[in-house]
Amino acid sequence: MTEQVPTADTVTPTGETLNVLHKRFKKAVRQDDRDGYDGILIDPARLVEVATAARDELGYDYLASATAVDYLGKGDHLEMVYHLCRTSGGPALVLKAQTPRENAELPSLTGVWSGADFQEREAWDLMGIRFTGHPNLKRILLWEGFDGHPLRKDWREAYYEADQKPFDSRWPDGHVRRAEQDNPYGKNVRYPDGFVLDEYQSTAEDALYADVALGLDVSADLATERVVVSMGPQHPSTHGVFRMIVTLDGERIEALEPVMGYLHRNHEKIGERNTFLQNMPYTDRLDYICSLSNNLGYALAVERLMSLGSRYEPPTYRAEAIRVLMAELTRIVNHMWAIGFLLNDLGAFFTPMMYAVTERELILDFFEATTGSRMMCNYMRFGGVAHDIPDRMRSEASLINDRVRDENTMEYLHKLINERLPRAIDQFDEYLTTSEIVTNRCIGVGVLSTADAIAASAAGPVLRASGVPYDVRRADPYSIYADLDFDVAVRYHGDVYDRYLIRLDEMRQSIRILKQVWPLLMDTGGQPFFAGRGGIYSPRVPAGESYGRVENPKGELGYYVVSDGGQNPRRYHVRAPSFINLTALEQMCKGHKVADVVAILGSIDIVLGETDR
Amino acid sequence: MYGSGVWRGLLVTLKHFVATYVDDIRWGFRRRNPAAFPVRQSLDGRGVFTVEYPEEKIAVPERFRFIPFLVVDNYDHPERAGHDWCTSCGICAKVCPPQCIWIVRGSDPDSGRPVPEPDAFYIDIDLCMNCGLCAEFCPFDAIKMDHDYELASYDRTSNHIYDKRRLSKEFRYWQSIAPTIAEQEASARGGWEHKDVLKQKAKDAKAVASEQAE
Repeated sequence: MTEQVPTADTVTPTGETLNVLHKRFKKAVRQDDRDGYDGILIDPARLVEVATAARDELGYDYLASATAVDYLGKGDHLEMVYHLCRTSGGPALVLKAQTPRENAELPSLTGVWSGADFQEREAWDLMGIRFTGHPNLKRILLWEGFDGHPLRKDWREAYYEADQKPFDSRWPDGHVRRAEQDNPYGKNVRYPDGFVLDEYQSTAEDALYADVALGLDVSADLATERVVVSMGPQHPSTHGVFRMIVTLDGERIEALEPVMGYLHRNHEKIGERNTFLQNMPYTDRLDYICSLSNNLGYALAVERLMSLGSRYEPPTYRAEAIRVLMAELTRIVNHMWAIGFLLNDLGAFFTPMMYAVTERELILDFFEATTGSRMMCNYMRFGGVAHDIPDRMRSEASLINDRVRDENTMEYLHKLINERLPRAIDQFDEYLTTSEIVTNRCIGVGVLSTADAIAASAAGPVLRASGVPYDVRRADPYSIYADLDFDVAVRYHGDVYDRYLIRLDEMRQSIRILKQVWPLLMDTGGQPFFAGRGGIYSPRVPAGESYGRVENPKGELGYYVVSDGGQNPRRYHVRAPSFINLTALEQMCKGHKVADVVAILGSIDIVLGETDR
Repeated sequence: MYGSGVWRGLLVTLKHFVATYVDDIRWGFRRRNPAAFPVRQSLDGRGVFTVEYPEEKIAVPERFRFIPFLVVDNYDHPERAGHDWCTSCGICAKVCPPQCIWIVRGSDPDSGRPVPEPDAFYIDIDLCMNCGLCAEFCPFDAIKMDHDYELASYDRTSNHIYDKRRLSKEFRYWQSIAPTIAEQEASARGGWEHKDVLKQKAKDAKAVASEQAE
């Protein structure tokens, strides 16, 4: 099922909104007038009121992203940045609230949007802002007892070498050494002063179980029927190292708390050390199924920043066409994968999965020939793409690798888009959609209502399966999507079955887009795929902020990038759809059986590389 | 009828099941038939799609990238046998996202002035993320991404830091793994030789021409 959603306009709403808010809140709201910045600065004391007004009176019902920035040395405050959207479409409204770095404290917005829950916990964890009124303010990615808040500018990691890359020790006099040799513990850990490892007793597990056991003393009261089960992190159904603390009454779920961070590597801190371009290959590793659309989102965010400068040239039309081609093929790759794994989670052990993976392999063959890698593509650049599409997908036999292929790339694509993939999607439809095993397990399970989905900042297929035709490609169009003809897939029941169906719908829409993009690629053959002069590894990025968002297969992927005019981003935040989609997991699971949790989690489709960052 | 959906679905499985045997008959039940490979792995593939690594190994496309290597002149080159193409300009070390490249800039032992050749060049392949930015931004086509992906070893501390000797590979090797790209690069440079050599040659030719004109 799809809906025709009009393409939204693109006027930034700050000025008009500010007038409305100013009438009511007087001095509590003011324009953010720093160079390159946009948005409304709000007095923290009135933050909840303003947010409620924005939601109820101005129609900004969707909290897209909430993140913190450390302005050490530039006002010495922490700043919380909220991006609000209308589910009917349009650009984001940016609200900001500042708090001093010492005893940083802001009111929590969890009462206004439940989607603020995880994002505020992340801000507390990594930036050290305490949110008053937050029901469960614990660390989320790091463990309780971690020393410090690592995204603060004055926090340094165990192997700290310098604030920014490139490191001076590499050239012209670079003698190699292994970083771990410098660390007395040989581990990537920094301990607080006066810390004795042997005497340390972890409180992390106690903190986890304290809230979820519903006041039940697990050790003393064994006669009860209620049990607390730790599912994961090493559980095949959790798609990685994800863990859920589940309180069960018999087999029914009473409470569920997601525990994550086992794959945490502080992507954002690494991103702030990197130069702008160096972040590109790191974005591949977020959602490693969809590296190309991750690239696109980051390129978009930095290009928006670069466009503030005078010498900026937008990407060429051919570059945009290639980008859309890649993004849509990635969507099919991801949805194939997601459906395959959902069926795995339902117990159809690996047969549907293998049918899905076969089609995925065929797309990856094209990715490999074009970008050089099957999964870690690192293909987009600021102003275009890294290489043009090759004439032929060919390989050269060597002594050991002798299985050779040689095909015309455009013909391959044509056949892939027009024959192979549509047939594969229809095959899935025939294979699974009416199967009673699938329908019995999926229909009515894990229902997320429309209002809850919006409030919980759910994104992508999860949001659209709950009846909200919200798609960033239409709501805040980027690249050449505004010129393309496609509908937004939407379903209305919000259960696991609809989240399965919507993926089929979306793949069909992607095929529709790809069929329009293919002739564009033929027409623009030979035109430049990069704007301006290629080969610049240190683009000039003027000071300012930007939020680039794309409709990733898993939902809205946003990059909030702050530049201070140097070579490296001052702040680099990833609004990860798989992370925020988990906010609603407990709501969806309550009252269902343990086996359904696995199906529900599979239908959200998370990738831990992105969840944990 | 209840259950008919399951049966309809199982027909799809049956179709796949039959297709694999039809495909096997077509290729004479030789599972690792090299002639079958390009068809089985293509868009027309209907049968078994898996490749039995390591018995069968797919040749990787030219743009495939895995751990960089340094291009040196062919070892039978008349004038510059084994000469580094690298001029130790340091761009690869600066652009490397995980900072896995260390270079000691070459200098003349007598005068101490820098010479366009590295004294030492290290890559920690445990850190390398195979992004290919070094090869993309090298102005001398001197660092390229390799195609050899079987690098497992038993001791990471001693084997995984590659020095210049281990990184260096003949130009001929690059031509063999990526003929199309090598040709494009050569035409951009204006010849098969290193950029500086070509420049020097052009300069010499010009000097000779002007001498003759006089």
